[in-house]
This record gives sequence, structure tokens and C-alpha cells, in this order.
Amino acid sequence: MKPQKPTTLDFEKKLDQLRASIEKVQSNATSQDQVSKIEELKFELEAQTAEVYATLSPWQRVQVARHPDRPHTQDYIDMCFSNFIELHGDRYYGDDQAIVGGPAKLGNHRVMVIGHQKGRDTQENVRRNFGMASPEGFRKARRLMKLAEKFKLPLITFLDIPGASPVLEAEERGQAWAIAENLMEMAGLKTPFITTVIGEGGSGGALALGMADRVLMQEYSVYSVASPEGAASIVWRDHKFAPRAAEALKLTPSDLLKLGVIDRIIAEPTGAAHRNYLDAARLLKETLTEELDSLRSRSVENLIQSRNAKFRSIGTPTSNPSGLAEDSVVS
Amino acid sequence: MQFFKGTKKPSHAISDLWITCTSCNRMIYRREHEDNLKVCGKCGHHGRLTASERLELLIDDLSKFEEIAPEMRSEDPLGFSRDGLDYPDHLKRYKSSTGLEDAAVAGTGFIDGRHVSLVVIDFRFLGASMGAVMGEKVTLAVEKASLEGVPLIIVPCSGGARMQEGMISLMQMAKTVAAIRNFHDQGGLYIAILTDPTLAGVTASFASLADVLIAEPGATIGFTGRRLIEQIVKQKLPKDAQSAEFMLCHGMIDLVVQRNVLRDTLINTLDLLAGPTAPKNSQAHTSLPETVQQ
Repeated sequence: MKPQKPTTLDFEKKLDQLRASIEKVQSNATSQDQVSKIEELKFELEAQTAEVYATLSPWQRVQVARHPDRPHTQDYIDMCFSNFIELHGDRYYGDDQAIVGGPAKLGNHRVMVIGHQKGRDTQENVRRNFGMASPEGFRKARRLMKLAEKFKLPLITFLDIPGASPVLEAEERGQAWAIAENLMEMAGLKTPFITTVIGEGGSGGALALGMADRVLMQEYSVYSVASPEGAASIVWRDHKFAPRAAEALKLTPSDLLKLGVIDRIIAEPTGAAHRNYLDAARLLKETLTEELDSLRSRSVENLIQSRNAKFRSIGTPTSNPSGLAEDSVVS
Repeated sequence: MQFFKGTKKPSHAISDLWITCTSCNRMIYRREHEDNLKVCGKCGHHGRLTASERLELLIDDLSKFEEIAPEMRSEDPLGFSRDGLDYPDHLKRYKSSTGLEDAAVAGTGFIDGRHVSLVVIDFRFLGASMGAVMGEKVTLAVEKASLEGVPLIIVPCSGGARMQEGMISLMQMAKTVAAIRNFHDQGGLYIAILTDPTLAGVTASFASLADVLIAEPGATIGFTGRRLIEQIVKQKLPKDAQSAEFMLCHGMIDLVVQRNVLRDTLINTLDLLAGPTAPKNSQAHTSLPETVQQ
């Protein structure tokens, strides 16, 4: 569901002005002169957009990742997959609409797709709790993961969550337990598993769907241990230091690739996914298909072993005089 | 217990002889408080224990505790700095105030003669936040328990992820849980004793995945911290929200156990679930089995 009226971020304003002048010329374009003027302006817009997006600060990247017009899980399900059937409910308490999922087809592959789901307008955001999932959502996801395993469907997840729902009701129903159980499920899940951060990868609520064989990030998504605001209020004692925290947290795809936290970056069209849904979806689908083909050629035992070996190795301190880490890795 | 006598003066000490309970604000004779395992004699508030105090409380003989990777220390994967204070220097401050390299202390020892793999966590070290060292030490302890076929005991305590290590911190959730899954698949017994506070990424990973979850009275246990919940819903939470008793009530933990019977309860649980150990070093704590004999 693409938004009717686009939102403009601060650093996008001059691009919007260009877009407006293109429209103005276009609306009464009759002569050949005007047509070439339009071409010129379009070229200019493309160049300026590329320039603006090439030099985004980490904090600006957070704004893009949270852009209200950015495609969400359901948009990519509609554009990249076919025959999707949404399945509902955790079989314990309720159906959390901040997470959607069900079987679908990606090209010729039958798959299970699950993702965090933000709303597009206020009404939908209330229904979906701004994508902040509750224990019911994580438990529904776990049920679908088991279903994927049972019917040998590769699992594809999309991460886009500001953070798990921070309310007392979620605490009462075991928010932490729901997330931990998902992690334990994914650690031994016997099916190929790809995850992609498509917007905000916020903390444990994101990881709860993301312990995959292949961890991908779209070019203008972010993935972070806490929101920049949250980290700022912990480290700087004031959430207003969020831009500085965004810088310090190393939450951009290229930083996380260097740190070995993610495996691959998926390119987005010029000006990011929210300006060009179709190309963003095409690039995503191409990458997912390629990754899936390669995972399917491997045995599930091999996948689980290397999945866990990968997470085992992240951030292992090298100052390890006992040498135990090498000896006692259980294969 | 000897170790309670020589501990550093807490910041709320008003003299060498008296301290104030952080919960009921009443004056307590220091010696009495220490003899009482840092539990307030007036209101029952369970004060936080340091890593070495916790070890001494739970294991038979501190001298037989074999620590895993004692010198492991945090690296600075992000090159993190706050207002000119570099993260490595920040850590040095905590090292000098606590004598620890990090909040987690892992190793093997004996509980009532039973060999166990154990992790205790000290809140004084940067709020016991989980970075790569805690993740690694917990994982090593789980792997040790798998390898040696011994029970795993973890005494979690943490404010959450360590911001200064960014996503490396978050990934410790995945790392520790993968090891615990493997341990469970092998039929290992894991008992966790949740202490004040156990929050966020630690609760949402290794802390809550035990076969039996014990908590100390009044311990704060949960995912989102109280301050953030109150900010978001713009109202004060009830005083007992997220307490051990609250979590017991909501079915999230098995037992709330007073500190003076914690070791006995642990031993009994170990005996019942893992079976008695072959050569018993001590019979002092096992009176219960007699009640089922005819």
C-alpha cells in the first residue's frame, strides 16, 4: 500500500523543489524545447539525489530507514512473492498484527515468509502498534518457523521494528521469554533461512526473527543494539544525543559488514526504496532468489552447523589466554 | 562467612559500623547485615552480592573453583568514545573499583560435592551490561558443561546490552542461546538463579532458558526497564511490577527463594533432577530424601 502523499525529510527538500519544477514544466510541455528541458531537469534530479544519498550521516540514514513512505514487509510480500496466505495467531493468547507471516512462493520456491509490520497511517499504526511486536507476535512467528521446518519450506524474514513493545502487558506475558525461545528455535531450525533488514532493525525484537544463515541488509536500513535515542539516554543520559549515538553505534550496513555481523548489502535505487518501490523490490527479489538457490544446494545439517559457528565467532575477544574457545567449540 | 567482613565500604555507608538499607532506609548494624548475607533484618530486602560473595554463598570451597578465561577483557570493536572518554579507559575505571576484568565470572566448582559449571555476574561492573566478554564467558561455561556432562548453574544479573559494543553485544544473545540449545539437546540440566536486576537482552537470551528458574525475593526481572515503560505509557508503574514475585504470579519463573535457603534449594533441585552424586562430600544439606523413605 503505497502512500498517497509522500513525506519529505529535511535533506530531501531541494530534491522536492526540483521534482516540483519538473512537474510544472511537464504540465504544459508542448514544444521540443520544453521536452529537452524536462530531460535536463530529470538528469539534474538524478545527480543531486545520488549526491545527497552518497553523503548521508548515520543519523540521516536512521531517518531514511524510518521514513514513513518506506516499503514495509507487506509491500515486499505483494511485490516479490505470489500466492501468499497470511496465517494468524499464537495459539496461546492473541494475534499480534505487528508481525505478519505465512506461506508464499518466491518464483518457483515454496517458502515461509515472516516480518515485522509497521502501519502506513495512524489508524493502521494503532492496529499494528507501530511495528512494536508483543510476545504474541514472537510466538506466532515461532509457530510459523516450526511450520516451515515441518513442511521443509525455506524461511525468509524481514526485520523492521523500532523495538519490542515496551509496555507492562508485554512484560506480564513474557516478552523476554518469547524472544529467547525464538532464538533457541532458530539456533536449530532445520531449514534454509535468510533474513533481511528492510528498515529499522531494533534490538532484541529484530534479532527475534533474525538468527539466519544469511543476514542481509538493504542499503538504507539500519541495525542497532538499541535505538539511537535509547542508547543516547543510557550513555549520554539524554535522548537528544541520538545523532551522536547513531554515529557511535556503527549501525549502517557497511559498518556491520566490516564487523562481521551481516553477510551482504542489497542495493536500493537512487534516492532509496521509498522513492522507487518497484526497483527496490526487484533488487530484493533478485538477491533473495540467488541466496536461496545457493542455500538449497547445502544439507540442513551443514546449514545449522555453519549458522551456529557464525554466531559463535562474532565478537570473540582475542585476549583469551586459556585457549578454551578453540578447544571446546562443540561441532 | 569470612568474605563479608572484608568487603569494600558501600557508598551508602554512614559509618564503619552502620549502614542504611537501600529499601527501607533503616539503620542496620553492618556486622549483622553481613552475617545475614546482606539481607536486611528489618524489611527482608536482598542486597546485591559481588561475584566472589555469590560464589562463596553457593559453592563448597572457593579454592577449588577453576575460573574459565579469567583474564579475558573487552576489546573496543566500535572505537567507542563518549565526550573524550574512550571505552577502554572507561573499563579501566571499573577494573580498578571492582578488581574484575568484566562483570561475568565463569568457572567450574563443586556444590555439595557435585561438579558444576557456573557463571556469576557482578552488577558493580558497568551495570553488568552484556558485551562480548560476558557472551563469551557464558558460552564457554555452557560448552564446558556440555563437554563434561555436568549441570550448568548461571546466576544472571544485568541492566541489558553494553551500548559501547553495539551490535557485537546484541549478537551475544544469539551466541549464548545457540550453545544453550545444544546443551539442552544433549539432555543437560540448566538452573538459573535470577538476581536483581535481570533485564533486556540477558533475560531475552540465556537467563530465561533454564530448565528451572529460581529468583531472589524482590529482584527486578523483565525485558524493558521501568524508566522506559513509564516514559512511554506516561504513568507510574505499580511498585511491585517486574518484581520476582510479580513474575512468579505471571507464570514466568518457578520459585522465589530466600537467600538463606538458596544453596539448600539448589542442591535439592540438582539432586532431584540430575540424581544424587556418587561420592557425597557432605550430607549436611540433604535432609529431605528421608521424608520419602518408608
